[in-house]
This record gives sequence, structure tokens and C-alpha cells, in this order.
Amino acid sequence: MEFFQSIDWMQMLRCFVVGGLICIIGQILIDKTKLTPARILVIFVTTGCVLGGLGLYQYLVDFAGCGATVPLTGFGNLLAKGAIEEIGKSGLLGAFIGGTKAAAGGISAAVFFGYIASLISKPKMKKQ
Amino acid sequence: MKPIETKKEYQDYVDKKSPNSPIIKNCFNAFWVGGLICSIGQLIFDFCKFRGLDVQTSNTIVSIILIGIAAFLTGLNLFNKIGKFAGAGSLVPITGFANSIVSPAMEYKSEGYVMGVGGKMFTVAGPVLVFGISASIIVGIVYLIFNTASITLV
Amino acid sequence: MEKLGKQTVKFNNPVTILQTASIVGPKEADGPLAQYFDNCLEDEFWGEKTWEKAESKIIKETVNSVIAKSNLSNSDFDYCFAGDLLNQCISSSFGLRELNIPFLGIFGACSTFVEAMCLASVFLEGGAGNNAICAASSHFCSAEKQFRFPLELGNQRPQSAQWTVTGSGAAILSKNGSGPFITNATFGKIVDMGIKDSNNMGAAMAPAALDTLLTHFKDTGRNPSYYDAIITGDLGHVGKEILIELAQTKGYNIKSNYNDCGVLIFNQATQDTHSGGSGCGCCASVFSGYLYKMLQEKKYKKILLMATGALTNATSAQQGESIPGIAHAVSIEI
Repeated sequence: MEFFQSIDWMQMLRCFVVGGLICIIGQILIDKTKLTPARILVIFVTTGCVLGGLGLYQYLVDFAGCGATVPLTGFGNLLAKGAIEEIGKSGLLGAFIGGTKAAAGGISAAVFFGYIASLISKPKMKKQ
Repeated sequence: MKPIETKKEYQDYVDKKSPNSPIIKNCFNAFWVGGLICSIGQLIFDFCKFRGLDVQTSNTIVSIILIGIAAFLTGLNLFNKIGKFAGAGSLVPITGFANSIVSPAMEYKSEGYVMGVGGKMFTVAGPVLVFGISASIIVGIVYLIFNTASITLV
Repeated sequence: MEKLGKQTVKFNNPVTILQTASIVGPKEADGPLAQYFDNCLEDEFWGEKTWEKAESKIIKETVNSVIAKSNLSNSDFDYCFAGDLLNQCISSSFGLRELNIPFLGIFGACSTFVEAMCLASVFLEGGAGNNAICAASSHFCSAEKQFRFPLELGNQRPQSAQWTVTGSGAAILSKNGSGPFITNATFGKIVDMGIKDSNNMGAAMAPAALDTLLTHFKDTGRNPSYYDAIITGDLGHVGKEILIELAQTKGYNIKSNYNDCGVLIFNQATQDTHSGGSGCGCCASVFSGYLYKMLQEKKYKKILLMATGALTNATSAQQGESIPGIAHAVSIEI
């Protein structure tokens, strides 16, 4: 209960709106261009990476929290931020370590859950 | 209508004849589902912060949990229905990344665990990692060049 | 048999379509033609472990069922012409490997079924045998896997996309019989009008359909009203509209007696199949199920069956190639 009282609902609203708006950009790309899902994901991750490298994406993260970190642009930002932070610690080597290190949790989780899902489940026909 | 002779004319004609996606409806669905997924992430994040974890750890936990939920829904054959309804709303958040790894893993199970699941797992999401990681390395190197003072080379 | 014009063969002792059989998947069974199919499956796997095995089983059982219905035995057949959409036509060659009938695997994308009928008619009339089987199959899931995305990927299909039919149709062509006869076959040319969007196959195939249609009329001296029905393979809703308009510009009005198997097999409003059905199994099952019964009941006396194919694959699409189309036509008359 104490936790629910601690939630900043304005923050939640900003998160909802910004996250939704980023998805709208993706939807317009889907409907207006003939890009495949893989290409759209690549565009988002690369954009996030560049904005992150320029330090601009952090403003959006500060404003919207998970509304900016959960979309794939946030994943790109995470990679760029990780690389830059690690450079501070270990120089050039950091550029190669930092990005993947920062994103390791997400990547490993996706691989692991993908493997588990393939063990226990099989594809089924779309009914609709 | 005039007879169509050239490929250009035909392409223009086809563009005119082909039905458009209901973009307003799609954008609306993408907006609220995408926003909702981010808000669930925010809730998890707030909870982690509430329990005294730092920002970076909290973000990682958010990613892992959302990826786990997406993988679980994909395994239950439900995610494609959500994706069909929400479009970019479920594709653009990290859930779409998870789905694009889990769905080929399931699909290619019939080709065996090593070459099927293992080999084909990244057919859709592979490019995200290739371009994301490459871009982060380039960003890092560029950063290094512009902040020459910090060059220590290992 | 004699050659009419540039691309049409006229059969003087036409072969009979002795018997047909069809098996379709659960989604097709929800469609408007469900009652005409011999067997509607409960699930897409049909007890098999993979989509590919399921598709093989579908074509195998369809062929077995058409042989059983005809009261002939396997040794009475001289040829089997069959094909499907999967690479190297594995559904038909794996499904029919125990058939013990000389097998000619063919690929014409979704035009395969009519291509098989054209070839079998020429073979039989030429004296190369007495009975032949023509069959084709497709499976939604195996086609999605090969041409598009994993089934569980949460993506949206564009409105112009077509839905690959899960199903198979088989027909027995025989020198002995009392009709319906295959009286003419028009072999189509490859036509490519530069469409690259693999989610708009109807538009890619429509120019090929137009070319074959006009050639057929020119070669035979017939006009659209000669036929009770002109049926294309799987142009879908988008391609159907395009073909009607293109034919109009060339001075042929086909609007009143023209339809499309991809349009017939699904209910666009309730089944969410967007532009309609496609795949080798679409034309094959709709002809073997619905149209053949219409001919038997004499509701149609003369039809022009023209199957269309998009001769593309996943690699050519990724390399930015456009989609060549093809269409083959047979006139079927009682």
C-alpha cells in the first residue's frame, strides 16, 4: 500500500503519453512505408543510439522515465550510454565492451526466454 | 480509363487502387497499447526504486520482466493477436524485440534445437543487435575522438 | 489437337475431368464454400509434427481420395502432375512418393493446378496415356514460414495482402468419359509490370491474367459472353478489380460473369483475410470443390478457368526484384 502511495502519477502520465507517441511514429512508418518489422526495429534502435550518443535522449528519459526507456529507442540509448560510460573506465576498449554490457540483461533474457518458449510451446494458427 | 502501357503508369494505378490501412485506428491502438506497456514498465521501475535499487538496475529489471512477459505471451500464442491489434504499439517497446526473438525460436523448432532454434532465433531480431551494437561502438569511438583528453588506450 | 493462334491449343478429342477431390483447413471451412469441400480439417497440423508434413499429408490424402472416388486403381494412371509453393516442391514430392505413378513435379506458383491440367490434356490427347492426375496444394503456415515471418510474430498484414489457403485439390483427367471436357488450353507468358510489393500479389499478377485472357479471346475468336463464368485463380479483391478495369480498357467487359477463387473462398467481411485467398491450394480446392460441382449440376456449362501465379521467392524479394506474373487458362465445357 505504501508503494502505491509513493507512485508519482504525473510521471506515469508523461510515461504513457511519450511511450504512446513513440509507438505512433512506428505505426506511421508501418502504414505509410512498406518497411518490414525488422527494419523498423533497426531504425528505432539506431536512432536511439545516435540520440543517446549526442546526449539528447537523456532529456527524454528524465522527462518520461520508462516512456522513453522501454521503446527500442531506449535500448539504443542504453547501448550508446553504456559505451560512453565504459570509455571513461577503460578507454577505447570501453567502446567495445560498454554497449553490450549495458544491454546484457535484456539480450540474455530474450535469448533465454526464447529458448525456453521453444522447448515448451509450438506455433499455432492465427484463428481470427 | 486509358489503357496502361508503361510500368510507371501501372505502379501509379496500383497505388491508387490498393486499399489503405486504417491509419487513424491503427495509430490510436498503437498509442494506448504502447503507452500501457511503458506504464507497466514504469510501475515495475517505481517498485524497484521503492525497494531501494539504483536506476540502472531498476531499468534492467524492467527490461527483463517485460521481455519475460512478452516471451510468455508469445509462447501462449497470444502475442501475435496483440501485435495484430496494436501494430507498433507492441512492436516498438522492448516487448517487440522479445517477440521477434521468441517467435522464430518456436517456428524453427521443427528444424531441431541447434540449427533450428539456435540458428534461426535471430532471423528477425539479429539486425537490431548488429546495427544497435555497431552504432554504439561508433558512438563510443566518436565520443573518444571528441574527448581526446580521456584517451588512455586500455 | 491443333494450335490456335500463338498460345492456345484446341483439343479435338478433349479429355474429361473424371473426378475431383478437395481437402481444406479450418479457416477455409469457416468460409462460404465449406459445404462443397470433401474434407475440412479440424486443425492445421492434422496430427503431424510440422507444417510441411501436414501439407504433404493434405495433398497425399486428396490424391488418394480422388483415386478412391474414381474407382480406378493406381496402376490405371499414366502420369501425375503436381506442385506446391514450398522450395523444390517438397509437399507434393514427399506426399506423393508412395503413389507409384510416374510423377512430374511442376512449379507455376499459384497457377500450378491449371498448368497441370494444360499439360495433362496435351499428354493424353497426344496419345501418351489414358489417365492422369493433376494436383496442387498450399498451407498457410508453411507458406508464411517460407515467404514471410514466423507465425507467432506480432505484425500487421497490409490490406492488400492475401491469405494463403490451407488446402489441396486434385482432379483426374481421362481420355474416356462424358465430360466436363477440357476443350482449349491457353499457355500464358510471363508478364512483369514492375510491382515489387509482395503484399500486393493481386496487382502483380493481374497484368499476366489480362495478357492470357486477351490472347485466349484472340486465339479462339471467342468473347467474354461465350462463357458462363470466367474464374481467375487468386487475384483476390484488389487484383480482381484491377483485371476488370484493365480488360475494360482493352474493350472487353467481363464484369458480369467474372469472379476469382481467392474472392470466393473467404468471406472478406468476417474472416479478416483482407484481399482474399491465394496459394496453389486456392484455385485447386475451389475448382475441385465448388466449380466442378457447378459443372456437374449444369449450373455452369462453359467456364474459363485461369489460374494466376506470382513467380517470386523470399530471396528475390529481398534483392529488390519485381514480381513476374503468369496465368494459364483452360476452357471447360460440358
